[in-house]
Parts: sequence; C-alpha cells; structure tokens
Amino acid sequence: MSYGAVHDDEHHDHKPTGIGRWLFSTNHKDIGTMYLVFALTMFFIGGAMAMVIRLELFQPGMQYVDPQFFNSMTTVHALVMIFGAVMPAGVGLANWMIPMMVGAPDMAMPRMNNMSFWILPFAFTLLLSTFFMQGGAPAGGWTMYPPLVLQLGDGLPFLIFAVHFLGLSSIMGAINIIATVFNMRAPGMTFMRLPLFVWTWIITAFLLIAAMPVLAGGVTMLLTDRFFGTAFFDAAGGGDPVMFQHVFWFFGHPEVYILVLPSFGIISQIIPTFSRKPLFGYASMVYATASIAFLSFFVWAHHMFTVGMPLAGELFFMYATMAIAVPTGVKVFNWTATMWKGSMTFETPMLFSIGVLFMFTLGGFTGLMMGITPVDFQYHDTYFIVAHFHYVLVPGIVFGIVAGVYYWLPKWTGVMYDETLGKWHFWTSTISVNVLFFPMHFLGLAGMPRRIPDYNTQFTDWNQIVSVGGIAFGLSQLILVWVVIKCARGQGEKATDQVWEGAHGLEFTLPSPPPFHSFTTPPEVTEATAHS
Amino acid sequence: MAEATTRTAQKLFVFAIAMFGFGYAMVPLYDVLCDITGLNGKTGETTIAAVASGYVDKDRLVTVQFDTNVNTALPWNFKAIEYTMKVHPGEISEAVFVVENKSDKDIVGQAVPSVAPSQASLYFNKTECFCFTNQTLVAGERKEMIVRFVVGAELPEKIKTMTLSYTFFEAPDSEDVVFSNKSTVEAIDAKG
Ligand code: HEM
Ligand SMILES: [Cu+2]
Repeated sequence: MSYGAVHDDEHHDHKPTGIGRWLFSTNHKDIGTMYLVFALTMFFIGGAMAMVIRLELFQPGMQYVDPQFFNSMTTVHALVMIFGAVMPAGVGLANWMIPMMVGAPDMAMPRMNNMSFWILPFAFTLLLSTFFMQGGAPAGGWTMYPPLVLQLGDGLPFLIFAVHFLGLSSIMGAINIIATVFNMRAPGMTFMRLPLFVWTWIITAFLLIAAMPVLAGGVTMLLTDRFFGTAFFDAAGGGDPVMFQHVFWFFGHPEVYILVLPSFGIISQIIPTFSRKPLFGYASMVYATASIAFLSFFVWAHHMFTVGMPLAGELFFMYATMAIAVPTGVKVFNWTATMWKGSMTFETPMLFSIGVLFMFTLGGFTGLMMGITPVDFQYHDTYFIVAHFHYVLVPGIVFGIVAGVYYWLPKWTGVMYDETLGKWHFWTSTISVNVLFFPMHFLGLAGMPRRIPDYNTQFTDWNQIVSVGGIAFGLSQLILVWVVIKCARGQGEKATDQVWEGAHGLEFTLPSPPPFHSFTTPPEVTEATAHS
Repeated sequence: MAEATTRTAQKLFVFAIAMFGFGYAMVPLYDVLCDITGLNGKTGETTIAAVASGYVDKDRLVTVQFDTNVNTALPWNFKAIEYTMKVHPGEISEAVFVVENKSDKDIVGQAVPSVAPSQASLYFNKTECFCFTNQTLVAGERKEMIVRFVVGAELPEKIKTMTLSYTFFEAPDSEDVVFSNKSTVEAIDAKG
C-alpha cells in the first residue's frame, strides 16, 4: 500500500477525465461524491424493500409476499440502510469536508481511500446476489443470531463475506480519517480548534476500528461453525448461542454511535451558523462525545435483558445505559443553549437540524425506557423497539445527513439549491416520518411483535396509518434527488465563498466550488479564524 | 508528513487486528466470568465434600423435574426412569436415565444440561453426571446412566420446583472418537 500524501504542485488543478476519473480517483472530493451517490442509491434500494414490508403489513393476513421473502426484506433492508446508506453517507461527508476543514490538500492516504470506496459496491453485489440463490437472501434478522442464521442456504457465506468486506472498508476509511486529522492539520489548527464535525468523526473512527473487527470475528465464528466443524455457538459441541449475542452487541451498541456521532457533528456545525452565535460549550461537546463513545462499550447487554441474565448483570447494564443519557443530555443542552437568544433564521439545513434535535431526543427517551430492565421485558422484540430505533436512525441520523447535504451543497457545486423545494422536502419528510413511526409506539405497547408478516386484526388501523406514512415519506425523498440534480447541473443562484451569512470555518474561505486539491498551501489558523 | 502518516496507519492496523483477536478472546473470557460468578444458568461440577455440609433441611421438600430431549440428528432414545422427584435441600439424591442407540452405527453423544429457573441453577450441584463426559453407545446398545445431585440448603424459599433439562447431541467429532475408542468398546462387548 502506498500513501502518497503530498501532491506535486504542477498538476495543480488538473482533473482526469472520463470513467477513469472515477474508477482510479484518489481525490477526496471525487471519492466523497462517489460515497454520497452510492449512499443515496442504497437508500432507495433499502427504501424499496421497506415499501414491500409496509405493503404487506397494510392489512392483516398474507397478501403479496411469502413469509420467507418478507423476512428477507426486513433483514436486507436493515443491512442495506445501515452499512450501505448511513455509514457510506457519513464517510462521504467526511471525505469531502475533513481535508477542507483542517486545511489539508487531500486525505492522508488517497489510494487507500479509493480502495475503501470500491470495496463497497463489490460487497453489496455479494450481499444482494443472495436473492438469486438456493435458500434465498438472509432472513434471520440483521443481527444474524445463530442457530437461525445458520439455516440460511447458499447465501450464508456470501452474507458473511459481505460483512467482512464492509468491515474492511470502514476500517480503512477510519484509519485514513485519523491519519489525516492527526498528521495534516494546517499550522495553528490545534485539536481544541477543530470543528466539531471533525471531532465527532475522529471519535467515530476510533469506534469503527475497535468495533468492526469484533463483528468480523463473530461472523467468522458463524462461518466456521457452519462449514469447519467448530462449535462456538453450537450447544452440541459445548458452545452457546447466547455467546453470539454478546459478541454481536459488543459491536452493535458502539455501532449505533458510529452511525449517530457524525450526525451530531453536522448539526453542531449548522446550528451555530443559523443562530449566528458560536457553539455553546465547545469543550464540553468534545468531552461529552468522547464519554458517549467510551461508555458505549459497557452497555451492550441492554439488548439482551430477556436472555436470562443474572440479576447483577441486568442491574449493571441498566445503570450503565442510564449513564449514557448524561453526556447525551449535555449535548442536547448545548445545542439548545446555542440557539438561545441567537438571531436565528430557518433555512433548510437549520430546519433539518432542529428536526434532529427534537426527534433524536424523542428516540433517546424511548431508549431510556427500554434501558429500564423490568419494563424492557414488555417492550423487547415489539414494534416499540422498531419505533425507538427508527426515531434515532431516521429523523436522528438521516435528517442530520440531509441537513449536511443542504448545508454544503452550495459549497460543493457553486450554486444555491432551490430553497422552496428544500422547505417542501423538510415539511413533507417531517410530517410523514411521524405518521410513519409514531404509531409504532402504540402498536408495540399493545403487543405487536416485530419481524412478522401478519398480525392480529386489532392492530389493523394503526398499521394502515403507518403504511400511508411510509409511502409518503418514501415519495418525499424524491424531492431531495430533484434538488441535488438541479445543483449538480449548475441550475441556481451563484453561491458566495462563505455561502451562509453566519458560516465560519476553513471550508468557507475556499471558493465555491473549491479547487480540485483543497489547500495546496496550508492556511494559517488563529484563535479568531478558528471555527468552534 | 508521509512518514508520520504511515506510522499512524500502522499503529491503527495493529489495533484493528488486536480487536479481531479480542472478539475471539471474548468466548473464553465469558466462560471464565461465568465460572467465577456462577451465573448463566450453567450448573457446576462439584464434589460431595464441597456441597454436603451435612445439614439437611428436613422441613422443606423441593420438586425436581427432569426433562429429556434428543437432537433430531441423533438416532437415540433418551428417557428418565422417574420424571419427578421430591428432595430435601442438602440431601444427596440420585436419578436414573435410560438411553438407547436405535441405529446400526456406533455413536458418541454428549448431553447438555440446563436448569430452570435460572436462580435455582446456583444451588443445583451435580456431583456425578453422565453429562460430564461423552457417552459412547455401540449400535443398538441400551444403557442406564445416573446423575447424583444435591440441592443446596440455601435455596431461596420461594423456589419450590425446578427443572433439570438435558438435550443429547451427537458429539461433533463423533467418528474420530468412535474410532479411537474402538478397543474400549470391544473390551466392553467382550465382557458382555
Ligand atoms: C440514549 C440513547 C439510547 C438508549 C438508552 C438506547 C437503548 C436501547 C435499548 C435498551 C435497546 C434494546 C431494546 C430491546 O431490544 O428490548 C435499543 C435498541 C436499539 N437501539 Fe437504542 N438506545 C439509544 C440510542 C440509540 C441510537 C443513537 C441508535 C442508533 C443510531 C440506536 C439504535 C438502536 C437499534 C438499531 C436498536 C435495535 C436493535 C435490534 O434489536 O435490532 N439506539 N436501544
Ligand atoms: Cu444499544
């Protein structure tokens, strides 16, 4: 592997052309764009699967698909959304923004950057090809619990290798991000002057490097259990299937923070801009993020309260889970305090960020409810869980990513997006997302189990409302595609370098669109110019 | 700068590989943790001396139920002679099980025990059990096996009934074991 960090100045703004520009690209902006386009594509593929799920659940009884296929839909929907849409979108934003934000010409390891991207389409080809195999696509849930997952047909090794490749890709991406921030900051850009988006990404990158290999280990054990006679999770050989759940969630809980921290970073950039005030409590934001990340390794068994853990274990994981709410609360407080008495305006990125603030917090509250061991016995594996994680994932994370896209799109393309369309996108998404996910709380509390293709008729009404919300949410996202295409084609008002009146930070000192290699001569950063 | 980058990247790669190893290390680590704390619903292997404090709670009777299962891949029959027993906490008791190999092949099986409710597992001590080792049955063989156990006298009052469940599986390395055990099996056969 070679790390060509420094670019020769002669090739200053020379862009390769044609398909080769994308296939062999080592440029952080091109790779960032590819990540984002890939993520958007996967978002619609995963979304199409969600539409199948909501169509089948529109009425009780079996209508359109058979149960095995239904279960494949829920399983692959989750894998595609988590590993194909949200994570690559986060990495794409990091690629675009981090070199510009720290004052570097490019990422530290551009060639590795190219590889970590191209692994993704390859891994998803492996995963999605299982639909055409004997035994079908994975249907045992995205959590891949044995022994159920081991009953998958020919698709199992494909699922496992896809997970391996996805892990490899994100570990490479994470290493690149850390190497860039640690080694390529402009003079004067000390750690405590880094924009919060950069901070949240460093911490996310460390989480990735610590957690993804554990998942890789866990799925490798599944592979050897099935094909090579080991018995890690096989009771017949002295193994224990619950062991897999421990290994999986040791990865799984940090993973939810891998997903959400970049979104926290994005709204920490946007809220100060549109409140025209510096971020309240910068240092406490950094420490809170780091504590969340650290604590996330000690709460995994809150996903397993019902497996029959001893009381001492249940209590430990209950208190540890409650403890995470403290630094999370600090962050929510700081965002709110940033807006306090600010001269606020409500452009689309700000609207989406405020949406994150409100609706992520709502998801956090249901998380706290489920973290209380005795009541989780009621909520576990019901639609209440589905409501919880969709609130944190969709209006909490997807909205954050969308906010980032609106915020930086004028910087990337040089033209302002269509504000009217943006507002339409926000309001249709916000209303439909609540119609879609809020009633799931009621369904769950009333006892509707998750991961089922059919249900008791008493649940029909809410399910129909949920399905209508689902289709409305899916259609609303087409507005985003429209907005992005318009900007990519250069249709819109010319954007200034600063783009937003209240924006600060190195990325806003570059022209819009920025040159191919961001900062070929490092800028000098002082306390006054540093973004907080 | 390029060198510093290489160094950072190398350290992080090593960290990633170490975490892969840690994933595997979790398997034995959990077992160690469960051993130390006596948790996880697994029943411990103990000696008579360690559990038979001599005190038998004659005033209490606890019902112990037995549950026998055979994994579908294993062509065996497995039954308890008595499906329930009433025992005094602190007293040493014995239960007898019958297992039969219905196939025309020699097979090695392994029984996996589990106790419910899980709080009771802390007080359920087996001093001798057919589940401590692999069981080899030659084709058509039928044999009786015992488990000897003590329900600890400290068993919480609220627990009145407990279930000891066994599932017999084919031991994963069955063929090899049968092969290496052939002489023993033949010796047993010769004795009749
Ligand atoms: C205050 C923060 C949070 C708390 C206290 C919390 C708590 C919990 C608990 C206790 C469960 C397990 C419930 C059960 O299965 O019975 C759970 C499930 C889940 N949470 Fe959270 N959570 C929090 C934040 C998040 C975030 C930020 C995300 C994602 C970005 C997230 C994603 C999920 C997912 C995906 C599941 C379901 C996993 C599955 O079973 O497939 N949570 N959460
Ligand atoms: Cu969790």
